[in-house]
Amino acid sequence: MKVLLRNPTRELTIEGKRSVNALLAQLDLPRESHLVIRNGTLVPGDADLTDDDVVEIRPVISGGA
Amino acid sequence: MVAVGSKCRTCKAPAIIDLPRHNAHFCAEHFLELCRRQVVKAIEKFEMLSKDDKVLVAVSGGKDSLAVWDLLVELGYQADGLYIGLGIGDYSDTSADYARNFATARGLRLIEVSLRDEYGYDVPTASRATKRVPCSACGISKRHLFDSEALKGGYTVLVTGHNLDDEAAVLFGNTLRWDVEYLARQLPVLPARNGFPKKVKPLVRLTEREMAAWCIVRGIDYLVEECPMAVGNKHLAYKAALNEIERQSPGSKAAFYLNFLDNMAPLLTGITAAATDTLQECTSCGAPTTGDLCAFCRLAEKAAAHEPVPVELVLGKGRKR
Repeated sequence: MKVLLRNPTRELTIEGKRSVNALLAQLDLPRESHLVIRNGTLVPGDADLTDDDVVEIRPVISGGA
Repeated sequence: MVAVGSKCRTCKAPAIIDLPRHNAHFCAEHFLELCRRQVVKAIEKFEMLSKDDKVLVAVSGGKDSLAVWDLLVELGYQADGLYIGLGIGDYSDTSADYARNFATARGLRLIEVSLRDEYGYDVPTASRATKRVPCSACGISKRHLFDSEALKGGYTVLVTGHNLDDEAAVLFGNTLRWDVEYLARQLPVLPARNGFPKKVKPLVRLTEREMAAWCIVRGIDYLVEECPMAVGNKHLAYKAALNEIERQSPGSKAAFYLNFLDNMAPLLTGITAAATDTLQECTSCGAPTTGDLCAFCRLAEKAAAHEPVPVELVLGKGRKR
């Protein structure tokens, strides 16, 4: 699957089916501070991702207060 | 091929988001409903707004400010937007585009104020000229202009997009220092008084993750990139610490902040009143201040006299708060 990451913007290719939570854990990204968008649609942590998917991992934390 | 995933707690349709603090999953429709309900609950509990109010929303082009503007308009409030051009290089140019595009697409009024054009400085220059960290120079500038533009435009309430994560992180920092005056002021509603407009934070019951999800589900384009000048600030470190606690014990952030409001804030009300009673008018702009010249006028005077500083020169240079 193609995985788009932000801050900084970069793209990875990851082989093999896995859940959203497993992908976040593999990349050491906390679930509470990220959302995952699969083929343009938001998906929960237990959704499966496959090799054909285009996945965006979007950080949700901003620094201003 | 996609496995059958979790279901919405309300309607059993396929879920789009898991919310561990509610121990539940939701479909798009019922997730949006949950967000609306949380905003209405905050507005009603803290008496934030009425439908007769003339509302000004401070808009940055990021997810929280666009989400709160969207929510308020959807809930039937009359709300205009205020965008402050901070002069943080490409970041500010892009953020302005997101704010303008949101307003234009919905036929909403967006007021724009440029620090450089109207006050002769920008945030990178103010940071360098005053030896403050950029977030401090930015905060002083924004807070002053939010107040002055709200009063100038005859708005009865100023809305900001501070969410549960923002408030919990600030509370965490204030508690680490036991800064009682700041703790006393950390309320979701600050009433109008002594030259300050009423200020409210309707998103205090919703997390950053929920606000980003609101924008994605509603099709709102917002600036995802982080402000280059905020990288490495203490606020982000506090959020990361709280999110680690939240991971181990879902609901901790909400309990920390909302129970502070219920149990601790009432004990601090006398401190807030005493602090605002000692204010006088700034000799330059008339804003409330404890000295002769307010913090904004002191900063603007120094920054406007300084040669413009490009954002790249200030990145990564932490100085006093």
